[in-house]
Amino acid sequence: MRVTHWLTVIAFFALLITGAEIVISHPRFYWGETGNSGTTPLFKIPIPSSRDTVPSGYNYVMPDQNGWSRYLHFEAAWVLVLTGLVYIVASLFTAHFRNNLIPPRADRRWRAIRDVFARYLRRAPPREAESHSYNVVQRIAYLSVIFVLFPLVIWTGLALSPAFDSAVPAAVNLLGGRQSARTLHFFVSLLLVGFLGVHIAMIVLAGFWSRMRAMITGRVSPSERP
Amino acid sequence: MSNISRRKLITTGIAATAGLAGLAVASRIARRYGLIPPDSGGIYGPGETLTYAAQRLLTSHSLAREFPRDMISKVPFANETAPPSDAFKRHQATEFADWRLTVDGMVAHPTAFSLADLKALPVHNQITEVACEEGWSYVAEWIGTPLVNVLDAVGILPQARYVVYFSIEPDWWESIDMADALHPQTFLTLGMNDGDLPVKFGGPLRLRVPRQLGYKSVKYITHITATDSLKRFGKGLGSASPEAGYAWYAGI
Repeated sequence: MRVTHWLTVIAFFALLITGAEIVISHPRFYWGETGNSGTTPLFKIPIPSSRDTVPSGYNYVMPDQNGWSRYLHFEAAWVLVLTGLVYIVASLFTAHFRNNLIPPRADRRWRAIRDVFARYLRRAPPREAESHSYNVVQRIAYLSVIFVLFPLVIWTGLALSPAFDSAVPAAVNLLGGRQSARTLHFFVSLLLVGFLGVHIAMIVLAGFWSRMRAMITGRVSPSERP
Repeated sequence: MSNISRRKLITTGIAATAGLAGLAVASRIARRYGLIPPDSGGIYGPGETLTYAAQRLLTSHSLAREFPRDMISKVPFANETAPPSDAFKRHQATEFADWRLTVDGMVAHPTAFSLADLKALPVHNQITEVACEEGWSYVAEWIGTPLVNVLDAVGILPQARYVVYFSIEPDWWESIDMADALHPQTFLTLGMNDGDLPVKFGGPLRLRVPRQLGYKSVKYITHITATDSLKRFGKGLGSASPEAGYAWYAGI
């Protein structure tokens, strides 16, 4: 299980870096089916492009990194998807979702969620249970990433494949067209990066090395044990 | 760390051996059914092979999306090309009257087609999208004859596994497998949006492969050859794209 976490970390960083490189070749986003340098974008990212056909407003063309970026993006996507499948199957076998991620009945209330945030804001020390189990906000965040954001980023990515769309046209039509799918792929990726930012911040606050050791070896130090 | 028991070691060993054997069998089957792309070597090879194999199993006969006429882009975008060669300019001066498409290789009757010959074959139209690997796209109506008509006319041999196509411009060539070569939407395109195909969009002759990204739709086609192996073309990676660092299969 911990192996799947670290494989996902490697694949995610590869996807993030190569995805950024691919965006640089056309840092303009559109809505609907079509969009190009001759049409009005929904928004632009204010950076130079790696193509001189893109009106970026900068008199500078970035180096083109699309070839290896695209190869690596799709290979890392396979690693992510296959790792995700292993994780889901293993989790079903070990009842990981039921035991560790689905919030217990008592916590399925706004009050429980508010309490967690209140403790975070007061920077209260974690409850004893939290060193070996997740609180309700963590559980909701992890479940959203696993069952909402990752499926969405995979769907919007697949919708950008002209061959996949020929077999499953609804994959792109339901999203409102090719350019809408590309824009949504970008925003879902940003949400995942947002999660990563908070995730890392929390690890740092909780003690970077102790959390890293726990996630790599599966052991918590004796002082943290209940 | 944990104590590794003998039983665990043995089961892990058996699982690893079974996994390796399974991979070897899978790769033999994949090769036999043409599921391995020509650029399957190197560190990105496994990803490319998975993509190509998965898509061939899923999409071998599927049709690219076609659009209603009112979705034709008012502003189609022609990607820039290198300045035309002298050979191209000479054809342009005579309005492409002497343009020839030579079809050879694994065919019964190698033939050189003029543009008029191609227009005499059944001509169809399709309203499909051009999607560039950079991210932009447009929809246009494409008019031409399906490549399969030309391959039938020259009597393509059953051993042929790929069709390689060349631009009049140097170092611009691609290849597709038979699933795409025989596909009804793979057009030798002569016209666009009710007119002749403009030069900047690939006129007088472009091979449109609408189930793959735009870079597979090579402009200014003069030569097509059928083959059972891509090894002897260029560096043997299938087309000019992998030589420039881009994937051979662009259906993604």
